[in-house]
Amino acid sequence: MCTLAHVFEAAGLATVALGSQRNQIAGTAPPRGLWCDFPLGRPLGRPGDPEFQHRVLDRALSLLEADGPVFEEFGESITDDVTEVLACPVPARHDAGAHPAVDEARGLRQAYDRAVERFGNRIGAGRVVDADQLPGAIEAFVRVAEGTPWKEAGIPGIPARVAQDIRGYYETAAIGLADHAPGAWVGTRWFYDETRTGAVMLAARAAMRDAGEKHNVWFYLTPGDR
Amino acid sequence: MTDKHVKAMTADIETPTFETTAFTTPPPLEEATVAIVTSASLHHPDDDDFAPADTGFRVLDAERRDYVLGHWSPNFDTTGFAIDLNTVFPIDRLDELAAKGVIGKVADRHLSYAGNQFDLSAIRMDSGPAGARWLKEQGVDVVLLTPV
Repeated sequence: MCTLAHVFEAAGLATVALGSQRNQIAGTAPPRGLWCDFPLGRPLGRPGDPEFQHRVLDRALSLLEADGPVFEEFGESITDDVTEVLACPVPARHDAGAHPAVDEARGLRQAYDRAVERFGNRIGAGRVVDADQLPGAIEAFVRVAEGTPWKEAGIPGIPARVAQDIRGYYETAAIGLADHAPGAWVGTRWFYDETRTGAVMLAARAAMRDAGEKHNVWFYLTPGDR
Repeated sequence: MTDKHVKAMTADIETPTFETTAFTTPPPLEEATVAIVTSASLHHPDDDDFAPADTGFRVLDAERRDYVLGHWSPNFDTTGFAIDLNTVFPIDRLDELAAKGVIGKVADRHLSYAGNQFDLSAIRMDSGPAGARWLKEQGVDVVLLTPV
């Protein structure tokens, strides 16, 4: 991002770069940089809070008044509240013949559809597999978790991209079930810590790692610190 | 898993260095045309998805709101954008600033690149300058750069 700031300025465009990772924006030193101590993925800070977003923009645009390179810090921080728990009910078993993760995903379909209707499908399924195809994709990762080599498991695309569709489906369903805008990472923690499919994805990743698969193939199946 | 952990994991990634810092003085903000350029790999559903290590850019139509996240990294929160696109791409906020006369105009079209690139040479030498030319051709004066 900050690299583009340098390139654009050289081409005659004035830029203001926002950054959430202090060392990255300070190190790349864009001509006008505003470090906002917000969670990664939320550069304007708070979803659904226009007043807060305007404060960020006002501060960012004020840097255009500087007569030379400038780096400043936005005065307000947003920290990841690790104690926030998403009270999303995981659906009860419905089809005893299906793997619990697949049954769970099917059980969340109405919540997913409601969320898509309300918010649009910005992060949900559809990059590789759509919502109808998602149970089949989860079944493929179940096979990987149980020891099947990933190339033989029937994953319907690049594993990391399919994994994003699965996570996106769950997190979209989660915001449909939540009665408020959850904090950053809350939906992600719910997915990996509370759901059967989240556990399958972690197990599949571990199985691929332990089998000696290429780092890039298994590492990006989940957030890196998992 | 916390934001602190993920930031710590990426804290040591080497940042590119620039021997000089180019600096363009903008026109008065109330006369300026402002565009957003994001590294969130946003695209419209009917546009090509971003490939791994894709150094190209996609054009985002300001009249549409069907922006889809195409980033390959799993290492950031996505629910903020899912709930409110302005968390990453503050197009509604810019429209409001233009309505108030704070900025001159919101660009009709904006750009999206893929962040999390390990080899920045193509962006520095090719797609970055191409994006800048494209923005200049659209009459853009000021660019707001947003990451994820």
